[in-house]
This record gives sequence, structure tokens and C-alpha cells, in this order.
Amino acid sequence: MRIALFITCFNDTMFPETGKAVVTVLERLGHQVEFPLGQTCCGQMHFNTGYRPEATPLVRNFTEVFAGYDAIVTPSASCAGMVREHHAVLAEESGEAALGRQVAAVAPRVHEFAELLVDVLGVTDVGAYFPHRVTYHPTCHSLRGLRLGDKPVRLLRAVRGIDLVELPAADSCCGFGGTFALKNAATSTAMLGDKIRNVAATGADVLCAADNSCLLHIGGGMSRLQTGIGTLHLAEILASTEGDAR
Amino acid sequence: MSDAGTNVVWLGSPTFPRAASAALANPQLRRNLRKATTTIRDKRLAATGELDDWEQLREAGAATKRRVLRHLDRYLLQLEESVTRAGGIVHWAADAAEANEIVAELVRATGSDEVVKVKSMATQEIGLNEALAEAGIRAYETDLAELIVQLRDDRPSHILVPAIHLGRAEIRETFVHEMAHWGRPAPEGLTDEPRALAAAARLHLREKFLRAKVAISGANFAVAETGTVGVVESEGNGRMCLTLPETLITVMGIEKVLPKWQDLEVFLQLLPRSSTGERMNPYTSTWTGTTPGDGPQTFHLVLLDNGRTATLADTTGRQALACIRCSACLNVCPVYERTGGHAYGSVYPGPIGAILTPQLVGVEHAETLPFASTLCGACYDACPVQINIPEVLTHLRAKAVAARRARRRTPSGEALAMKAATAILTSPGRLAAAQKAASLGGRAIARNGVIGPLPGPLRSWTDARDTPAPPRETFRSWWRRTRPQHPSGEQR
Repeated sequence: MRIALFITCFNDTMFPETGKAVVTVLERLGHQVEFPLGQTCCGQMHFNTGYRPEATPLVRNFTEVFAGYDAIVTPSASCAGMVREHHAVLAEESGEAALGRQVAAVAPRVHEFAELLVDVLGVTDVGAYFPHRVTYHPTCHSLRGLRLGDKPVRLLRAVRGIDLVELPAADSCCGFGGTFALKNAATSTAMLGDKIRNVAATGADVLCAADNSCLLHIGGGMSRLQTGIGTLHLAEILASTEGDAR
Repeated sequence: MSDAGTNVVWLGSPTFPRAASAALANPQLRRNLRKATTTIRDKRLAATGELDDWEQLREAGAATKRRVLRHLDRYLLQLEESVTRAGGIVHWAADAAEANEIVAELVRATGSDEVVKVKSMATQEIGLNEALAEAGIRAYETDLAELIVQLRDDRPSHILVPAIHLGRAEIRETFVHEMAHWGRPAPEGLTDEPRALAAAARLHLREKFLRAKVAISGANFAVAETGTVGVVESEGNGRMCLTLPETLITVMGIEKVLPKWQDLEVFLQLLPRSSTGERMNPYTSTWTGTTPGDGPQTFHLVLLDNGRTATLADTTGRQALACIRCSACLNVCPVYERTGGHAYGSVYPGPIGAILTPQLVGVEHAETLPFASTLCGACYDACPVQINIPEVLTHLRAKAVAARRARRRTPSGEALAMKAATAILTSPGRLAAAQKAASLGGRAIARNGVIGPLPGPLRSWTDARDTPAPPRETFRSWWRRTRPQHPSGEQR
């Protein structure tokens, strides 16, 4: 199977370790990962902020770059959702029939990392070791967008040494919402405060999620408050082994 | 906007972000909202979770509403015919002003200068009480929460629970100070016990029920096939209005029509379970025209458009017209839970308000509302008729941006930034250069690897959050450096 990694522009710039972790886990499971260098961005920020015509060239680039792969894996539930749900909408609005056909061929092959592991590769134990207290926040796009259900938690439960604790009001949005955090900063911060309160109540050392964007927001608040609680993308916990010094 | 008298948006209201900031700073409001929404949320989950066929019911409700909207013209004409046949009189109102005029004229013709009202969103939307007051007619709200809001000269902040922003101590104060101006005063020594407050309201309202010659209601549905109109409620005050007066005037949005009597089977399950978390609502009143010697002897049905036909023309946006006003989306919304309803500046708050209001008045008159959401999707999951609220929100955001673009001579800062982002993101080479600049800049302003509070446009982010300094090496640089054996893809 030809697996391509879609790192996402955000992770590429801010969280390269997450991408390395995806590669580590997949290679440990015996798969070869390719990284098409022509990739850039799925257009989610443009689409969600109302700039649809500006997002269409990004759809075009995405479908060209990732055509021909059996599976495209991405460590972002919201970017996976953007491609799978909304690229077709943009293709239709562009009026380009060919683009519509390309999207229809590529978009269904895009999988969020946990989805690829559990649904496509049929794995829940990836041989990880992570001896820390962890709580998991199901991000909105992984929970209600992609409907990941308990797949990420099943992967985490199989990690040796982990002390996985439940997050109260886990399904509540953290208040990030992309440009929402800028346009409605006060409301975003109010939601962030409640999320941090719940994370702190678990006594976890690490907050884990399938989207680094939400983690940047929650982690940024936790850092400002000096909570001492860290954040890690699911892939980075799954990549950890006995040899690591985390 | 359809006309200045409309209450769809409250004129002079601040934008959502501004109004929200003020609301967030009110701890009493936060407490009331948290308590109320959490309670209703849990009740709804219990009431919907006990049905094995809940998802099929939602699908059935959504399908019926889709059919109604597709053939709205036909069903409305059928309804007019059925209501007329049953002895009712049907009026058509294109906008709020027309509807208010029709109702005022109908009340005047009865010789009465007062009316009792059943809780109704449609009459809130058109600002009927204010219009009647101008015509010298006093309108008495009889729904307990609407009564509280009216006595305070306040505005409703929730579709189902208009006084959700108030605590019982505030309600007691209102009764003690205001009831006497509107009729029977509050009893001496009134406490803030819910039972005592309800008893005071009952005494105050009863004299109005017994005196009123005219009642005004909204409608939860009207059946095209039979001409039957219906209202569901919890208190029985609505039924007093619907049965005691001689004349009943119902104002109903045109989207409320249902094809057949049998369709009620679906909606009378969906509505109470989604709104109050009850298996059945306590009072379901239905009436078909007039019946000699029983109930109102004159019945008028005012069919209200007020922006609905324009909304119908938008095949994505029209989903908002399927709404049955259960308010489940408000109760699950993390934004509404914190800001409350007044911040939306409209009679329709919360997620449904964020998609309905801009469509009824034109998106340029409510352009911050489609952005008052994180797109978390909780509303879509809760909606009993499967309105894809996040889909309509992003659709309306695109409309808002397009409208702003058409209005402005020069592009906004945001528009320029988005355009620049596209230019960068359509070329991996330009992206790599931008990443390098961001990394250098980010690390230059960081202290101990963390970017703290910043001045300028990024303040709204950095005021509450630290940001890690961007790493020296992006993923793509790492890949190129460490894996020259996999030259996947071409750098352009």
C-alpha cells in the first residue's frame, strides 16, 4: 500500500515532531511512508472564514499532489474533515467538472491518523510505552466531524505504562475554532478556562488530542497559567517507546 | 431589512463579540446559564436516549420539512382553503409592518383595547406588542417567563425559556415592583420560593384571562390537509387564551405548515423531547376553524413571510426554515452557554439564530452572527430535524465576506491576509520561505522558547495564551535533510 503523509501546513511549521511520530509509528508497523513535497494546505482556514474562492486553488493543489496514493494519512482531524467534507463543495462551486472528479477520487482516501491505524491497518497496539498520567480531549472535528468514537482511546489504552484518566465534560468544545479565537476572543477564552479547569481536575501530566491546533490553544492557556501540564499529539504518545526519555 | 419595526434584530445592538464580552463579565448570568443549560441538556439526553428509533424520527422529521419547503406554495394554498372551509379567516402578510397592521386592525374591529397573548416567537419577531401599544392596544404576555420579561421591560434571551438569564430573586423583585402597574399587584410578603412566585403570577394572570375578549397566539404547526392549527406548551396559560376569549388571532410563519394530520405523530415526539426533555408536553391544543358554542367564535390566521421566501430561495440556507423552535441547539451550544441570548442582538439567539437571523434580515445587517460559533457541531447533533447548522454557518460566512467585498472600495486587512495566504500556500517554495521567516521572527520575540503577550492585532490571541516559539526546522526541511533517498514529489 502506498501511504502518503499529509503533514498539514500548521503541523509542518509548528509541530514537525508530530509528523516524525506518524512516520515512526507507521514504519515500526512495517509500512513505507511517502511525503510528496508539493503539498501545502487543505484550505480549511479560508473555507471556515468565508474565503471560498481563495480556498479553491488549494483544493486543486491538494488533489494533484495526492492523486495516485492508496491512502493519505494526516495527523489532524479537522484537516481530514476539511478534505473529505468540503473539497467537493468547493469543486462544485468552482464549476470545474474535472476538479470534482479528482476530488471524488482523492478525498475518500484521506484518513486521520487514528482512523488509518484502526480502520485501515486494523491495529490498536502499536507497541508504544508512555509511563505518564494522560487525559484525552476528543476535539470537535474528531468527535462530531469524523466520528472517531473511541478509536483514539483504544489506541491509548494499548500503550504500556500509561495511566489514562477520563476528562470531565470531554465533549465540550475547547473554544479554539480557528479564526473564532481571534474574532470572538473573549468567548474563546471563557471556553478555554472551563476546559483547563477540567483538565487540571484530572491530575494529568499530559493532555492528548488528535488536533495540534486545539492543543496549541489549550496548551497556550495552560502555559500562561503555569499549570505545568503538557500537551502532546496522539501520534507522539504512540511513537514513544522504552528507549525514549520523555 | 424588511422594515424598521422588525424585532428580528434589535436596532442599536452592539456586534456579537462586543455584546458577548459584556455578558461574559457577569458572574450571575454565567451561573444562571450554566445551571439551566446543563439541567436541560441532561434531561434532553435522557428523553431522546430512551427511544430506539430516535434517529429514524429525526430523519422522518427532516424529510417532512424538506418536502414542505419544496412545495411550500402548494401547502399554503391548501391550508388557506382548509382553514376557510372550517370557518377561519386567512390573512397574508409580506412583512412585519403588514402583519402588525392586520392584527391591530382586527383587534380594533372587536372594539377591545387589550389582548392576552400566548407565548409566540413570530409575534416577538415582528415586534407586535410595541406596534399594538402604538395603536392604543395593551398586549398582556401570559407565558410565565414572557410575563417576567415584559414586566421588566427586558428582552427574551432564549427561545423556550425567555427569562433564563434571571434568577428567582430578580423575578421576585420584578413582581413586587412591577405587577401593580399592569394589573393585580404581587401579594404582600412575597418570597422568592418558586411556588410562591408561580402563585403570584397565577393570581395576576387569572383576571386577565377572565376579562379578555381577544387572544393572540403563534403556532407550532398548521395542518394543510385539515386546517388544524396547534400550540404546545407547559403551563396551560396558552390554553386559557386559546379557549376563553371570543376572538383568536394566530400569527404564524409560513414555514410552519405540515402536510397531514398524521405528520404530528413525528413532531409531537421530536419537539417535547428536544425542548424540555419531556416525553410529552403537558398541554397540546389544536383547533380547526371555529365551533359554534365552543371556544373562540372568530378565528383569524395571519400567515407571515417576513424574509422567509427570500431564505427559501437559498437551497443551502433554507434548512433554517425547518426549525421547530425546540431550542436544543441553544442548550448544547458552548458559545450560548457562556454568552446567553442577548449577545446575539436578535429575537432568535443561539446557533439557530446565527443562521436564521442573517437570512431573515440580510446577512449585511447581522454579519457577525455567522461567525459566533466554533463550528463544534454540537447543534447539528442535537437538532431534531437535522439542520446542518455548521454547513449553513460557513455558507453564510462566505456570503458575509462577499457582501463586505462588494461594499468596500478597498479590501479589508483580513481579505488581504487571506489573499496573501493563498499566494503562499499555492507554492511549496513560497511556503518554505514564509515558514523560515515565521520561525526566525517567532524565535526572535520568544523568551525561554515561549511567545508571551504581544501588542497589535495578535493581542486577541496572545492576551490569554502563550505560544511556543516555532521550531528551527520544519517537517519538510527535516524530511529533505534526512531522507534524500525518497525524492517524493517535486518542489515547485
